[in-house]
Amino acid sequence: MTEAATNFETLLREALAPIEPPADLVLRLELTLESISEIAAEELESWELKAMRDPRNWVRPAAAVVVGGTAGAALVVLRARRRSHQQHKAGVAAARDAAERTLRDVGGEFRRVLRLP
Amino acid sequence: MSEVVKSKQQLDDEFAELYRAHVRDVYSYAYYRVGNHHDAEDLTEQTFLQAYRHFERAQRESDGRPLRPWLIRIAHNLAANLYRDRSRKPQAPIDETTTPIPALHTTEELVEGRDELGRVIEGINELPDDRREALIMRFALGMDNREIARALGRSDGATKVLIHRAIRQLESIVTSAQADKTP
Repeated sequence: MTEAATNFETLLREALAPIEPPADLVLRLELTLESISEIAAEELESWELKAMRDPRNWVRPAAAVVVGGTAGAALVVLRARRRSHQQHKAGVAAARDAAERTLRDVGGEFRRVLRLP
Repeated sequence: MSEVVKSKQQLDDEFAELYRAHVRDVYSYAYYRVGNHHDAEDLTEQTFLQAYRHFERAQRESDGRPLRPWLIRIAHNLAANLYRDRSRKPQAPIDETTTPIPALHTTEELVEGRDELGRVIEGINELPDDRREALIMRFALGMDNREIARALGRSDGATKVLIHRAIRQLESIVTSAQADKTP
């Protein structure tokens, strides 16, 4: 490979530097998971025990359990939002504290669910 | 051949590992593909949700090969759907607010290099989709030919040619732009 080609590839590497995902993306991902969790819960409720006697019907509820269990962490977002709302009445400083706690809650819960360090 | 059935816990752990290892790759790909942070976030989110749903099957079918090309292929398909649904190309190729991970430069080099980098980025957006994607995978994600081939659903040989032609075409675009600007 010529030096010019190498230089151009170096330039390309710089132009296409990796982009760090924004911190709030994790929060959005959890909210979406929460929606899936609710759908999964409804799916489970709609299945009567009689249907479960037939092994052919075991796959969908099992999938719902898997999805629901994974998305459970998203509930922490709602808890934190409620807490944030109450704190807002006490002033801007308190709300900021609540937001920080929210981020900690979400981060911790997400790490727990995804087993991140 | 015996099939090993993994527990939900094991699958979740492995998915977490995949997520941790490649969230930046998926986001980078999405960002350079769609050209703005908003759509890139949506695309990243949808990619991981879809990946989670099909993770077990993907693992079975991967035969131990890395799953990054599979993830990027999901993002690639979702991005294609996004454009099809909206019937448009990216409105603004690259956000002006983009803050890529900084490489080590001196201030002088940064000032001198800014124009050149700008021309390269503009040039990338003039490339045909398949060439642009191949360059994003190669240079933003550091994928090798084999991984890119899997992500694009092409042969290794065709991918090698694709990347070579993409670089040559981009070089030509950048050189022309530079010549136009020179008094």
